[in-house]
Amino acid sequence: MLQLWSLIVAGIVRNPRRSLLTVASVALSLCLLGVLAAAYRSLFFQPESDPAEALRIVTHHQVSITQPMPVSFLPKIRAMPGVRDSMIWQWFGGTYKDTRDPRNFFARFAVEPERFFRIKPEVELPQDQKAAFENTRSSCIVGKSLAERFQWKIGDRITLVGDIFPVTAELKIVGVYSSPDENENLYFDYEYLRQLLIAAGQSSRADAVGVFLTAADSAVDVDPIAAAIDKEFEDSPAPTKSESERMWQLSFVSFLGNLKLFLLSISGALTFTILLVSGNTISMSVRERTREVGILKTLGFAPPMILVMFMGETMLMSIAGGVVGLLLGSALAAAVRHSDSAFAALRLGITADVASFVMVIAAVIGALSSFIPARHAARIQILDSLRYSG
Amino acid sequence: MQIPLSYNLRNLIVRRTATMMTALSMALTVAVLLAALALVDGLRSAFRSSGDPLNLLVLRKGSSSELGSAMSEETFRNMSFKDGIARDGENPMVSLEMITAVTLPKPESANGQAVTLRGLLPVGIRLRAVSLKEGRWFRAGQRELVVGRAVARRCPAAHVGEWVPIGTSQWQVVGIMDAGASAINSEIFADLNQASSYFNRRDQYNSVLLRASDARSLSQLIESLNNDQRLNVTAQTEKSYYDSQSASGAPLEHLGVLVALIMSIGSAFAAMNTMYAAVARRSREIGTLRVLGFSRASILLSFLIESLLLASLGGVIGCLLVLPLNYVTTAVGNFSTMTETAFRFHVGPVVVGIGILFSWLMGGAGGLFPARNAARKQILTALREN
Repeated sequence: MLQLWSLIVAGIVRNPRRSLLTVASVALSLCLLGVLAAAYRSLFFQPESDPAEALRIVTHHQVSITQPMPVSFLPKIRAMPGVRDSMIWQWFGGTYKDTRDPRNFFARFAVEPERFFRIKPEVELPQDQKAAFENTRSSCIVGKSLAERFQWKIGDRITLVGDIFPVTAELKIVGVYSSPDENENLYFDYEYLRQLLIAAGQSSRADAVGVFLTAADSAVDVDPIAAAIDKEFEDSPAPTKSESERMWQLSFVSFLGNLKLFLLSISGALTFTILLVSGNTISMSVRERTREVGILKTLGFAPPMILVMFMGETMLMSIAGGVVGLLLGSALAAAVRHSDSAFAALRLGITADVASFVMVIAAVIGALSSFIPARHAARIQILDSLRYSG
Repeated sequence: MQIPLSYNLRNLIVRRTATMMTALSMALTVAVLLAALALVDGLRSAFRSSGDPLNLLVLRKGSSSELGSAMSEETFRNMSFKDGIARDGENPMVSLEMITAVTLPKPESANGQAVTLRGLLPVGIRLRAVSLKEGRWFRAGQRELVVGRAVARRCPAAHVGEWVPIGTSQWQVVGIMDAGASAINSEIFADLNQASSYFNRRDQYNSVLLRASDARSLSQLIESLNNDQRLNVTAQTEKSYYDSQSASGAPLEHLGVLVALIMSIGSAFAAMNTMYAAVARRSREIGTLRVLGFSRASILLSFLIESLLLASLGGVIGCLLVLPLNYVTTAVGNFSTMTETAFRFHVGPVVVGIGILFSWLMGGAGGLFPARNAARKQILTALREN
């Protein structure tokens, strides 16, 4: 057994450059495969969600999120059993400075400050800033990454020119928040937007909002509450569609296109590439070592031993590729998680199940790709092999 | 003196297993890159063919998308009196329009399919290169829909004669329209007045589409609209608006390109392995070539060419692999309309050219070190090596 091990290791060390290149090539492919598997997992299996988020329900108009619902729905939602609180979550849109520079784009929401921190307890803000946000009508709070991007300080004033809403919001920054999943948004008081709309003669729009954000008392209540909200407004002029916040976020990612097909076909191409690369390496190696195999056989090594030796060599290399690939993959996943791309919402991570999936793929590919070349080596006739000149 | 190309070709054929395996792994890398590029190219051509060169899209000043724009009937009426607008008989060709996203039921997805519903006047149809494929146009005052052919294909409910639920009531599909390769195929048209009252959007329209009488009046018209303080609007050609919309394919493009770039490093390593093996196997041949008087440079070049040939094979196979995508229709979501646009992948000459260049890049990177290794061999040791 020990002998077999040392033969496998010797086979790998025999041509270190080739082994390194193979491991590196396999590692890069497996790194991608791991990240794609992680993406597939968050989209189509159990989505990851943090505790506060798991309690939240998003409600919008059944026709689409561009259709408003009456504010009068809110008290009815708040009165439902199991509901901790519910608030307005209004996308403001609008423009900040010059729209031609995509850096000037960030999400702006009108919310209800006093309910905001109850519904989003993960948003951290010093107590005095919280109080300022709750008490100053034209105030706003911004995420810490957003504040860094524009070098905003508390007390700065910013102007948002509305597009969906024909008003101009003059806001004063009173707080910079930090939260575990996003630090890129601006929140201001819906009451301020309402007053602006009334002043602009648009009072019919002042009481119509796009989204309600509801927090449940416990995660098991989320689905029943969502169903109860939709049932309540089924026959109203604005029938609703409610879903968990996580599902709602993922629906935006799926909106990018047919991701299932995209992920599966790239993963297929990757798996096949690894198969080719490692198969090519081992068949080149078998060919060059024909004579050695003959000598091993003369020394009494049986064909199964030779088969196991070559297959073991390939599997060891692809498993090494898997380990390196997973390390690279974790770094890549972290980079995507912290990027400002649309895929950040997937919260990619190389979880234990993704890692084991990648390692199993690595081992299976190692075995599959080496079987035919290894069997060929095992069947080599001693006399032929000793005569072989490469 | 240069070593003949046939020497390289023969060597690739002799080692056909290694050649094919390496070329195929490069081909798959090329295919991933090209699929991403073909997607964006297809999306771009769908948007590029939407819009007449003389058409102007007018939005509220500061708005970058139709959905984010607001337009009143009064602004619309004031605009109609501008000079330089084409006429259809007596009437100026100006169309006041509203859009909203609606959800149609779709069997394979619980959330249904988000589609743009456009409420417009009959002149709006004449302003667009769109024809009826089936059925008839909607009648004024009726809850009737004419769906684009991409919508009809994706949603079984959207067929002539069917009633589809939108919000609290049913609308009847009365026609299917065909707008060539344009993005309009992913929209639904309905009567403006009916749609605006149903969606509670009286006097909350989105945009105005109008046609200039000729190319010269086009720029004057843009200037006159943009500078009119009273109107407070931005006019741009319909084409340039749709051009900016093709950015919605960017996330998938970036994903594909990133994957392909990482894969290409792996493929270059694989090519390097194959070429190192080729150099090692032909050590004696290299020695012989040197004895025959071929210089180090021509040996370097010869091995580099061999690697490029290998890569070209991969590039060509990769292009062939993505060619069938030309017949595949897909859809991407557009965040400025909150709906999806259907289009076909487009594998054109540019995309194929990029594929071949990309394969050469991998072949060059993978072949350089082995070729240098071959060129540096000492004649005597090379001849003695096995």
